[in-house]
Amino acid sequence: MFDDIHPMARKTEARGSAAAASGRHTPADVDGVAASSFLWSTTVLAPSTAVAVALFALLIRLLVSLGPYSGQGTPSMYGDYEAQRHWMEITLHTPTAEWYRNTAANNLSYWGLDYPPLTAYQSLAHAFLINASIPESLALSSSRGFESHKSKLAMRWTVLSSDLLVLFPAAIYFVSVYFRRNVGGDAKGRSSPWFLAMILLNPCLILIDHGHFQYNCISLGLTLGAIAAILSQKEITASILFCLAINHKQMSLYYAPAFFSHLLGKCFRRKNPIFEVLKLGLVVIGIFALVWWPYIHSVQSVMEVIHRLAPFERGVFEDYVANFWCSTSMLIKWKRIFTISTMRFICSIATILAFFPSFVQQIKSPSDLGFLYSLLNSSFSFYLFSYQVHEKSILLPLLPASLLALQEPTLFGWLINCSLLSMYPLVCRDKLSLQYGSVLALFALIFYAPHGKQHGRVDKSSTKRVALLTVGLICSAVLHLVYLGLEPPKRYPFLFEALIMSFCFSQFVIYTVYTNIKQWMLLDHSSLKMRVKKDS
Amino acid sequence: MDTSIYIAQDQLFVPHMANVPADHIVHRYFLTTSNIFLLLPWYAVADIQVQKAQLEIGEMLPLSKFSFGGHATWNQAYPQLLCYIIYLLSILRCGVDVGGGSVRQGSPDPVVPQHRLRSASPLARPHLQRSPPALVLRYIGSLLLPIARRSIVLVLLLWSPALLIVDHIHFQYNGYLLGILLLSLSFLEEGRDLAAGIAFSVLICSKHLFLIAAPLYFVYLLRHYCRGSLWKASGRFLIMGGVVGAVFVAAFGPFFYYGQIQQVLSRLFPFGRGLCHAYWAPNFWVFYIVIDKLLAVVLSKLGFDIPSPEASFTGGLVGNSSHFAVLPQVTPLITFVTVLLSMSPCLIKAFQKPQAKHLIRWVAYAFTCGFMFGWHVHEKASLHFTIPLAVISVDSLNDARHYFLLSIVSCYSMFPLLFEPQEYPIKVLLLTLYAIAMWIGFSSYFKLVVVPAEDKAHTPSASDREETFIGKFGTIYLLGLLGVELWGQLLHPYIFGSSLPFLPLMMISIYCAIGMVCSWAWQLRQILQRT
Repeated sequence: MFDDIHPMARKTEARGSAAAASGRHTPADVDGVAASSFLWSTTVLAPSTAVAVALFALLIRLLVSLGPYSGQGTPSMYGDYEAQRHWMEITLHTPTAEWYRNTAANNLSYWGLDYPPLTAYQSLAHAFLINASIPESLALSSSRGFESHKSKLAMRWTVLSSDLLVLFPAAIYFVSVYFRRNVGGDAKGRSSPWFLAMILLNPCLILIDHGHFQYNCISLGLTLGAIAAILSQKEITASILFCLAINHKQMSLYYAPAFFSHLLGKCFRRKNPIFEVLKLGLVVIGIFALVWWPYIHSVQSVMEVIHRLAPFERGVFEDYVANFWCSTSMLIKWKRIFTISTMRFICSIATILAFFPSFVQQIKSPSDLGFLYSLLNSSFSFYLFSYQVHEKSILLPLLPASLLALQEPTLFGWLINCSLLSMYPLVCRDKLSLQYGSVLALFALIFYAPHGKQHGRVDKSSTKRVALLTVGLICSAVLHLVYLGLEPPKRYPFLFEALIMSFCFSQFVIYTVYTNIKQWMLLDHSSLKMRVKKDS
Repeated sequence: MDTSIYIAQDQLFVPHMANVPADHIVHRYFLTTSNIFLLLPWYAVADIQVQKAQLEIGEMLPLSKFSFGGHATWNQAYPQLLCYIIYLLSILRCGVDVGGGSVRQGSPDPVVPQHRLRSASPLARPHLQRSPPALVLRYIGSLLLPIARRSIVLVLLLWSPALLIVDHIHFQYNGYLLGILLLSLSFLEEGRDLAAGIAFSVLICSKHLFLIAAPLYFVYLLRHYCRGSLWKASGRFLIMGGVVGAVFVAAFGPFFYYGQIQQVLSRLFPFGRGLCHAYWAPNFWVFYIVIDKLLAVVLSKLGFDIPSPEASFTGGLVGNSSHFAVLPQVTPLITFVTVLLSMSPCLIKAFQKPQAKHLIRWVAYAFTCGFMFGWHVHEKASLHFTIPLAVISVDSLNDARHYFLLSIVSCYSMFPLLFEPQEYPIKVLLLTLYAIAMWIGFSSYFKLVVVPAEDKAHTPSASDREETFIGKFGTIYLLGLLGVELWGQLLHPYIFGSSLPFLPLMMISIYCAIGMVCSWAWQLRQILQRT
């Protein structure tokens, strides 16, 4: 990883000494730089700054992980923490073939496994670790709802370590590739430590993984690694990593149209398009076969797993999600009008229509920046229109949005704000409000860090935009306060949740329409460039 | 309250602030603040019972009953903060409580002995019981800190891991106290001596441990403030004396009135307690104890009859009498004289040439002397000189190097204060982050400042600078520190199991003491050569 960074570090070193040798630094200049720079001044990711940012991100995760987790001390079903613990228990004590099957030991109605096999393997690996120190916390069936200070600590450490092993290296890899390939165009005046911090300090991810308790960092980290691999032209590595991500959480399929269209578009530009496509297809099939090895021997067991992964009977949405179906269900009762199968069909059509433009754009002219936009657009189209979406799924669009933080800084900050708001009811249920406030403040402070992002960008934004953002900000602040302070009317106990969701939904729609337009404008831009080249 | 006035003053008058744009300052404040808030759930895990008890005590206790004698003291650790009068009092007099707070840490308390604290779950950690007003006070206190020359110093002060550990995890009021100290120092640097005197007397009334710098302040103010003709000088002397006296009367007067001064003093100066704190502060006496132990072992092997003292220094708790087996006993008077003697160079320098520009160095040195040779010193007292030294750390590369090592040693010596598994990664990360931040900050600062000034043809390469920044000795020392930590965390439990639990603590103390002695000697040399 660091080998990637070193040569660049040396380059700045050379540049720095050259500047020093020519004596261009005036004393005032020197003082100003030294006083303000500290971490942010450099556009190149030096190892020491990368380590500093990563350690800071780790520290924040550690501090958040001191807080409560979902379902702490609420018996009968508990929450996601118990789900993860239960999976460890099941994978440790039952044979692989029975993980997705309803047996005496494995009652699927009590937090049955509903993620692909890689999650199960990861649970098993963590179960080995925890079993070595606290076996009673994973004892078969007797450990249901097991909660102790020590086991909480151990569980927290499994998340922290997976974060550290998967997401952190992927983020550093991505940032170094991003600047090396000069993806964002003119990289002058941009800060790579800031960029890295934006990716690593995503407050939603921190709250969900280290507060609420999930392992999104693994699938997102694998996806991020795949994205970075694609940017550095390593398609096979990218396919492997992305297949692993899908096999960890099926939600990673939200990105599939973008990956598929980008790779397809690239293959079409090569000498042997069919051979290239076949090569990648074989890799994908190979990885899937490897991960699903215990199950592919009989159709029945494969169907069992797939049935667990796609719980259609749970309805078009659960709780309150800021997507199309949930927000409009105040006006149109989707669940009542349509049967599950019709609804499923409608959702699929809507989703395909929503990601179609960005899909076409990437096949037509695959580019690095276009790929990032298309990741964002396709994951947003799934979030907004697909069947069975959780409020936590907002993490998926947030990842590509953070990768575009240098392109769309203002909008990224705004998106983070809205996504946090959309998770606020969840956070309140988990009693993580203090952590919520802290990470939001931390994020905002680093986002607006002096000398962080390019200052020119701020000036560009028109007064109209600022006014729009201010109105939005006031709305979100009011919604926070209302949700915290007011009792909802008895007739509509979930009125405030619904209000929050429709507000967030409206913002998300505006955002994704904008990014779709941006992605298509890239096409015009690049074709313009090509024309200019041809002319010259 | 008082504190906000301080903030206003320091924003108005401190010229050093001019270098730092206001938005940066605000930014860094809040960055630290949000971090501190993340630490909140930790101490918000208050036992409801104790909270309730504190509320009842603090409800409206008349001053006359504000007694802290006897054994009922530590239940009401910070009771007075809960209502306004007592709150105000505490600002002036919280030294008593801070003392009380730290007494609890090591004293052989019949109610909660140390080993029970260790095994207690964090939900019932009695020494973390605290009330919201206390939090607010300390929070305002930490806002007081930055009286900084440059932005880098601001970061050094705000993110000081030792301060974060001691104040925000371990719970004390050092941010507030050191804020007043820095305020006083910056007044002195500007030549506003009277204000500095007031600030310093408020500081002493808040925590008497700062008395160590009083001789230096006295000498300096005498020579710098009370100068001029005899008439003018004595007039100024009277003004200063009156003002300082007024502060003391305000702080201690009520106790005189209620006849409790005896109790106050006996709590303030616990000479009845041993030379060393239960967990040894890394100072000179560590070596004294170790040599005594070694001599005792060697001599008894040789056949001499060595009486083994009952209250062992390594027993974890310190009784009222800790006897040395071989070496002569150390009395409070001896420590007092040693402290005075060791700080005499800076006193003489201050008497000869009372210059404001050297003042921070002198004060830091005085506190170092107190730390090195004082009676019953706490490891937390090393903050008293690391924080002022942070302010002058950007003066030269040598200062930066010294501060780099000293702050690491000082913070590391406080590691044993946090012993819970969930705290371990946090303290390590805090220190590592700080070290990296110092590294990046100092090397970029001195690269930009120093190199262009030198010969243009000769620009040292990166590896050169890395070697010279810490130096060979520093690198070896830090590696040794890592070794000590690895020994305590991994090898010791592996080899000895749970026996000899004090050995890792002892090693930390001794190893840090080596660093502290070096720092003391370095500071002494600086004072002799440069001031």
